[in-house]
Amino acid sequence: MSATVFQNARVIDPSRGIDERGAVIVIDGAIAAAGADALNQGAPDNATIVDCQGHAVMPGLVDSRVFIGEPGAEHRETIASASRAAAAGGVTSLIMMPDTKPVIDDVALVEFVKRTARETAVVNVFPSAAVTRGFAGKELSEFGLLSEAGAVMLTEGRATIANALVMRRALTYARDLGITIAHETQDPHLASSGVMNEGLFASWLGLPGIPREAETIPLTRDLMLAGLTGGRYHAAKISTAMSAAAIARAKDEGAQVSAGISINHLTLNENDIGDYRTFFRLSPPLRTEDDRLAMVEALKSGAIDVIVSSHDPQDVDTKRLPFAEAEAGAIGLETVLAAALRLYHNGDLPLLRLIECLSTAPARLFGLPGGTLKTGAPADLVLVDIDAPWIVREADIRSLSKNTCFEGARMQGRVLQTMVAGRTVFSA
Amino acid sequence: MTNTSFPLYPHRHLLGIKGLSPLDIEMLLDRADAAVAISRQQEKKTATLRGRTQINLFYEASTRTQSSFELAGKRLGADVMNMSVASSSTKKGETLLDTAITLNAMRPDILIIRHAAAGAAALLAQKVSCSVVNAGDGAHEHPTQALLDALTIRRAKGRIGGLTVAICGDVLHSRVARSNIVLLNALGARVRVVAPSTLLPSGIDQMGVEPFTRMDEGLKGADIVMMLRLQRERMAGSLVPSVREYFRHFGLDAEKLKAAKDDVLVMHPGPMNRGVEIASEIADGPQSLIQEQVEMGVAVRMAVMDALLDPRRNAEGGAA
Repeated sequence: MSATVFQNARVIDPSRGIDERGAVIVIDGAIAAAGADALNQGAPDNATIVDCQGHAVMPGLVDSRVFIGEPGAEHRETIASASRAAAAGGVTSLIMMPDTKPVIDDVALVEFVKRTARETAVVNVFPSAAVTRGFAGKELSEFGLLSEAGAVMLTEGRATIANALVMRRALTYARDLGITIAHETQDPHLASSGVMNEGLFASWLGLPGIPREAETIPLTRDLMLAGLTGGRYHAAKISTAMSAAAIARAKDEGAQVSAGISINHLTLNENDIGDYRTFFRLSPPLRTEDDRLAMVEALKSGAIDVIVSSHDPQDVDTKRLPFAEAEAGAIGLETVLAAALRLYHNGDLPLLRLIECLSTAPARLFGLPGGTLKTGAPADLVLVDIDAPWIVREADIRSLSKNTCFEGARMQGRVLQTMVAGRTVFSA
Repeated sequence: MTNTSFPLYPHRHLLGIKGLSPLDIEMLLDRADAAVAISRQQEKKTATLRGRTQINLFYEASTRTQSSFELAGKRLGADVMNMSVASSSTKKGETLLDTAITLNAMRPDILIIRHAAAGAAALLAQKVSCSVVNAGDGAHEHPTQALLDALTIRRAKGRIGGLTVAICGDVLHSRVARSNIVLLNALGARVRVVAPSTLLPSGIDQMGVEPFTRMDEGLKGADIVMMLRLQRERMAGSLVPSVREYFRHFGLDAEKLKAAKDDVLVMHPGPMNRGVEIASEIADGPQSLIQEQVEMGVAVRMAVMDALLDPRRNAEGGAA
């Protein structure tokens, strides 16, 4: 038997709604007890004692939108390197997007991801699979076989399924299997050659804009189809108040829908692009401060369920270019927690709700273990000094790609230790 | 023209009009006035930039702007090299920055860049150690065009402040319009834009202009009418239905020009699409400043390069 006791801790467990002084006992890779009365029976014999000095122990983060370059672009990120970045950021489980070369739309590729993760990753890596073969938006991939092989979600990755009939059939077929379809929506015609949020700032920069409607129009279509089919639909990354309102309405009407938002859209706005900074070229584009504030409200009200890093490694070949020629995307595994804590430190969001959106909610939505400190759950947890100040430095980034939106940013909240199934995978 | 007769220009690059003070602009225009005189002499070559190296890096073909910069450099005595990047290394996949770093190693004093991507000049300026002049970056800025327009107006009208200037046409895709809007506002002109709404950028009413969608209203009482070029590919039914409809509603002809002041003057950055945005009778008529604009172009570019490469900058130890 191996045992670890985190004592003198602030135990935060959104799955039970607790935020209290206490301890967490880990025995043989699982949570034995967590909370104020965890030590009522005393510490197990021979346990490793960790004095948390009042710092927080919480469920490890569950990041449901992570892009990785393996297979096909291993110079940007491998499953191993992403997992080390995740561990350093307090992320104990991640769902890997199928946007690889080749696209993960086949059982063998799902098995490749699982095997590579098992052999090289230090955190839990769950594969997702394409909704349509090769992201072509036409033929459905083998939902049933993919799911049996271990794909936990179906998603078209960065792409949008243009054909409403394909989406309807995908939702209908997925319903029978109980799989969620996660979709980023952007109307390709309305977005056209746009590279940032449409508006005054884009106009001055001379960059083509993407209107908010480009996101919300296809999203509204999807939500109606979710209502029609009864399928489970997850709006993977929304950025506009209109989208949040549409989600809230669909939820009220009883549709099986949920929504996510990237940490970037919760903490940054289009002004961060400044003088054509390509690391801030994202999809959906960063919107205005008003939009950002509306997103924080939507998170508070429950219209939005989960926060993702949307970790998307890009190297100099794809980022050291004029803005409109650069690829969209930013890394985020190592900064998602600290950036999210800005919302807590600013008083925008209660800590428990914030941690719920980062751990408990995504685990529940996608049926993953973790996201909780309940007895019997795997000991996927993170010890965090919520107040520790630090500065993001490129030299410290563990990802193979360095395209962070937070270079030089002041953060408050630092991961001290990350544990996956009782094994320490990171310690500061 | 001698450097020392003008105050030291405070910037190292010219990436846009945005960021320049009215004083900076006036100083460049004063320098350009002096340069006009040089171009009108029989002996047009000076030694102002003797020994300096100017590289023209044009990713978009532009006979007019490139030759204007080339001539300006030569009249200042600089060694001028034209890089035809559109046809060489870029086809081999070299990025803008790699080309820039390569050129920078050849130690030029000034790089003139034209690129289809907004922000390209600013990106270049971050990576090279010489001065950079933006000769047009996507739909962002074309600062020397705005300066030459201002010089043309100032010489024709004696002032810029208080004038009503109507900028007409494809404002959406126009770097010329953006630079002019900033500059004319800085110098106190009243700026209007006139175009179908499909050719106006989002937020135009917050850009310091009065937008109009009818020529008769937009030109009413105007001192200057500035026409913009409409790219042919934008006329094929997506932004405007047809050339003939566009010319009917927005092409500048004598009839539409009647709405403006009697002493109105007409400008166009060129190259013109005759019969699309402007009728030949106007382009070639007595109210046209189009030839003067071309002449002022050389003078403004001489003034800009002279100001950026002011030897006093190095003498004071401040390369930045």
